[in-house]
Amino acid sequence: MSAPGFGSRQAFARGLLDEARANPSIYVVTSDARGSASLGEFARALPRQFVEAGIAEQDAVGIGAGLARSGKRVFVVGPACFYSARCVEQVKNDVAYAGLDVKIVGVSGGVSYGALGGTHHSLNDVALYRTVPNLSVIVPSDSAQAELVARHLSRSSGPAYVRMGRFQIPDSYAPGEASFAFGKAGLLRDGTDCAILSCGEALHRALSAAAELSSRGVSCAVLDLPTIKPLDEEAVLRAARLCGAVVTVEEHYARGGLGGAVAELLAERLPTPMRILGFPDSYLPSGSSDELFSHCGLDAEGIAKSVAAFLASLDKAGAP
Amino acid sequence: MTQDELLHLKLLAIELRKKLLTMIVSGGGGHTGGSLSCIDILVSLYFHALRIDPVDPESPGRDRFVMSKGHSAEALFCVLAEAGFFPEAELASYGSFGSRLYGHPTMGVPGVEMPTGALGHGLSIGVGMALAAQRDGVANRCFVLMGDGELAEGSVWEAAMAASHYRLDNLVGIVDNNGLQISGKTGDVMGLSPLAERWSAFGWAVEELDGNDIGGLASALDRLPARTGAPTLILAHTIKGKGVSFMENQASWHHGAPTAQQLGQALRELEAAAAGLRAAV
Repeated sequence: MSAPGFGSRQAFARGLLDEARANPSIYVVTSDARGSASLGEFARALPRQFVEAGIAEQDAVGIGAGLARSGKRVFVVGPACFYSARCVEQVKNDVAYAGLDVKIVGVSGGVSYGALGGTHHSLNDVALYRTVPNLSVIVPSDSAQAELVARHLSRSSGPAYVRMGRFQIPDSYAPGEASFAFGKAGLLRDGTDCAILSCGEALHRALSAAAELSSRGVSCAVLDLPTIKPLDEEAVLRAARLCGAVVTVEEHYARGGLGGAVAELLAERLPTPMRILGFPDSYLPSGSSDELFSHCGLDAEGIAKSVAAFLASLDKAGAP
Repeated sequence: MTQDELLHLKLLAIELRKKLLTMIVSGGGGHTGGSLSCIDILVSLYFHALRIDPVDPESPGRDRFVMSKGHSAEALFCVLAEAGFFPEAELASYGSFGSRLYGHPTMGVPGVEMPTGALGHGLSIGVGMALAAQRDGVANRCFVLMGDGELAEGSVWEAAMAASHYRLDNLVGIVDNNGLQISGKTGDVMGLSPLAERWSAFGWAVEELDGNDIGGLASALDRLPARTGAPTLILAHTIKGKGVSFMENQASWHHGAPTAQQLGQALRELEAAAAGLRAAV
């Protein structure tokens, strides 16, 4: 377990600062978000590599593209709700179409901002950015993995979108075993009745659900898919073939995100019974992040219930 | 600049007008009026001011030019070919399937710094390029050409703020102020006045000049930065469709291709203008 209050954004910032100390061509651009993105230390330690754009996300991405065209490796960092909406045209044209070395890093994504409401939720960012050619999409699943993603991106060229949450969350990987391999899934739990595919801060809830289901005799594999684009197609196909039933779980609208990517793959390559668990196509009531997960049936209990009902509908082994 | 050099550039601008019109006709369409309005600006930049090397188009020390009004790609392509970034024969591929000369500049074209065409993007990119040079302590400069209609995009003003905030005196914005956009007069579509004062208020050193006068342009470009510690904005008053009588100041020529007959007349007018310049020497 990480230190209290140490979430993915802090871990990402720590990894990035460490890499940037060794590589002066790494730049960070932000839009009055050095606090929310945990970049205060970066700004103090490496002011020459830090650019404040003010509350102007379009400008921040454009500036990032200009820096990258001049040989910098640029991380444009700020709240996911703004970086997946306000500046989408800049990301499409100036970053992805231009093929420049700019990473868009959205923090406090999904429903992290909870009761701040719909303006601050980002539940369609994966849907949006995974349809932009030449842009990778990465959603790290815990703080240790977030730091590894920062280190990976600090050492690799090209456009990417990263989305992380706001809070400290339980680690999904055992201490010292966190891993991130670009474009690769991680198998966190073996199982044969159902493959649960997840990413980001939904993953630890999916793991808890799998443990709960196991105590009832339902055997679920759990895969971590931090890279949504490019998807680890072979891992998904292997899991679907093995279990014959697939459930995706994510902090995103149920349409268009990880579930959408998996459904597109399976529909064409290996039609498999499937459920997509995510947030409904609506604006959510006021509540904390945890409350919203529970309200939408995305806490461990809700996930377990949905998986059990799904397997029962298939008349699968282990279903009640 | 000597009178000979000036005459050479004026004749070159006329020649490039002929080429871009011919290219637009053979390609079946293009942004005619705005290409004609900005060609004198491009000639002044590429053949007088910019420190660039067509043999080494990615040289780290080069000046940058961002064609924020990317729809005038035809003018840019003719200038880049003339400067030697790619063979002039390739201009004939414009408008044909698989050509790297799209209707807007793209990264695959030697000499093109950024893909542009969605308006309001170029100045932010220029801020990033100028900031990189400033922080690296290198002398290269960045020039960004915008249309006047483009200035309705709010992102332009975000970039304008950032440029003066960071005291980017290695950044030069140029507005091709031809007063027309696709729907009509810029002032009717969305008023920009008082434009010079607005840029000044955003912290820019403003130079106002005739953007179809190469001598004036070259002289302003020789005096950069207009003010130490501030970005420079050249407010270049131009005539849309400049050089072709029936296209001048006509919003209807924002996009389109002349007929064969119209092209013939346009070329005759441009040749007459060139002959007039030579005769005056």
